[in-house]
Amino acid sequence: MTTIATREAPPEAAPAPAVPARRRWTRLILPTYTWLMILYFSLPILVMIVFGFNDTKGRLNLRWQGFTLNWYRELFTIPGLTTGLRNSLVIAVIVTIITVVLGTMIGLALGRYRFRGKGAYDLVIFSAISAPELVLGASLLSLFVTTQFARGFLTIVIAHVAFSLAFVAVTVRARVLGLDPALEEAAQDLGADPWTTFRKITLPLLAPGIVAGALLAFALSIDDYVVTSFVNGQVETFPIWVYGATRIGVPPQVNVMGTLIFLGGVAIAVGNALLARRQRA
Amino acid sequence: MSAGGGRRRLTPYLVGLPGGLWLAIFFVVPILVMLSLSLQSGNAEEGFRFTWEWSNYADAWEFYHTQFVRSIVYALIVTGICLLLAYPMAYWIAFYGGARKSTYLFLILLPFFVSFVIRTASWKFILNDQGIVLGPLKDVGLLPDDFHLLATSTAVIGGLTYNYLPFMVLPLYVALERIDPSLVEAAHDLFASRVSAFRRVVFPLSLPGVFAGVLITFVPVASDFVNSGILGGTQTTMIGNVIQTVYLTNNDYPLASAMSFMLMAALLIGIFAYARLLGTEQVMEVSQA
Repeated sequence: MTTIATREAPPEAAPAPAVPARRRWTRLILPTYTWLMILYFSLPILVMIVFGFNDTKGRLNLRWQGFTLNWYRELFTIPGLTTGLRNSLVIAVIVTIITVVLGTMIGLALGRYRFRGKGAYDLVIFSAISAPELVLGASLLSLFVTTQFARGFLTIVIAHVAFSLAFVAVTVRARVLGLDPALEEAAQDLGADPWTTFRKITLPLLAPGIVAGALLAFALSIDDYVVTSFVNGQVETFPIWVYGATRIGVPPQVNVMGTLIFLGGVAIAVGNALLARRQRA
Repeated sequence: MSAGGGRRRLTPYLVGLPGGLWLAIFFVVPILVMLSLSLQSGNAEEGFRFTWEWSNYADAWEFYHTQFVRSIVYALIVTGICLLLAYPMAYWIAFYGGARKSTYLFLILLPFFVSFVIRTASWKFILNDQGIVLGPLKDVGLLPDDFHLLATSTAVIGGLTYNYLPFMVLPLYVALERIDPSLVEAAHDLFASRVSAFRRVVFPLSLPGVFAGVLITFVPVASDFVNSGILGGTQTTMIGNVIQTVYLTNNDYPLASAMSFMLMAALLIGIFAYARLLGTEQVMEVSQA
């Protein structure tokens, strides 16, 4: 009784300063901190974009020397870089197609059916997602040197599919689990055969998951340095070329390409989000 | 129904098979091959033979334990810094982000729209001895001319922290966002001060996020070699750099395989011990969310 009484004794005095203190944290300190962190996250991106417009002399792009659009005009004047970008794009497209087909099939099998060996699939998928990229690259290289399989374009595709497959399978499986079975049953009741049901009902319903998986696979493939560096042989991709260039100085064309890829990615993400919002509304 | 039981039972196997085979041949088998390679002897010219060459592991530790230990130490430091930096941000977005929560998360994920290598190269550019930060400071005499950040552990740890911070924010946010704000109000109604409400209600409920965040930050940081490769020097070499060099430059595949396997085993044992100690279900629950 007494403790409660003393706590309640000064009702006007105690809460009054408590509220401003609380507000200072949630209205001033934490939001300021969050925005500073967001600024920190964007700092290298801003620097990348700005220095794509730097009128630098020679290869060393270090200090601001005036505005120019030269590097946008001369975007493809470094043969190695252009080839690297083209390789990356071609590889990413091939990887996305293979990964989406195989990953969707795994996602369907795991989300739809109970079968013997499902536990093994789950374990392998979980391990593939959580294994360090270094180990994936090193083990694939071990396989290729042991079997004397020539490293190059093909081995990069194989490796990229291997590490993005599990991500796509998990994404599609989540969508399959959220599917209402009544819709497919209704289609079959109306006389649709299994293939028609799949094509006309299941696949469209899975589409958002498949698209998300495809974007993920494309992004993982085009950005990968670690695994690629083990299995690329003589073939250079965009990240491989840029990594090599960091030793002698990254030319401004890299900033421009980075900027364009960044803007493209952000446009797709924002468009996707707006589309999802409109469909929900 | 008319398709018959036999065909139905086979369906999941047939549907899952192509992808399953790909993962078996290009994920499971390579790890076994790497294990076998790590116990072989020989050289690149004459080929390698399986001889139970356990000395590869002893050699790996003897030659490269410095880099091994350094990677673990860096990973511990980076994980700690990431946790401290990420928690207040995740907390504020989860409880006070309101309608703009997803906008904040999107801004935090912006770095992922720029290639990992370019982001790191951009830091090298920012931290350059004569670059946009150190250059002006040296010009006005605030820093000695020979001051440098690149090739120091500060630069490598800074780069790692930057690159892996979003991995820490996301699971923390997921865990904090799930906490019912009325629980915090209840704590206040029961006369808990703001500090003790946080310490005894919010923080314990966010622990699954902390566990998951620590795991998905620590593992890739310990095996990273891009940051030390671009921002570091000879004194900051991590085990990933060594593995890459021994594989690709020295072509000493057995030794490199032994090192990769040691790294993988050390991380796996660490993960299992950590999960055992702090609750597996919580970690799995958040990592699947």
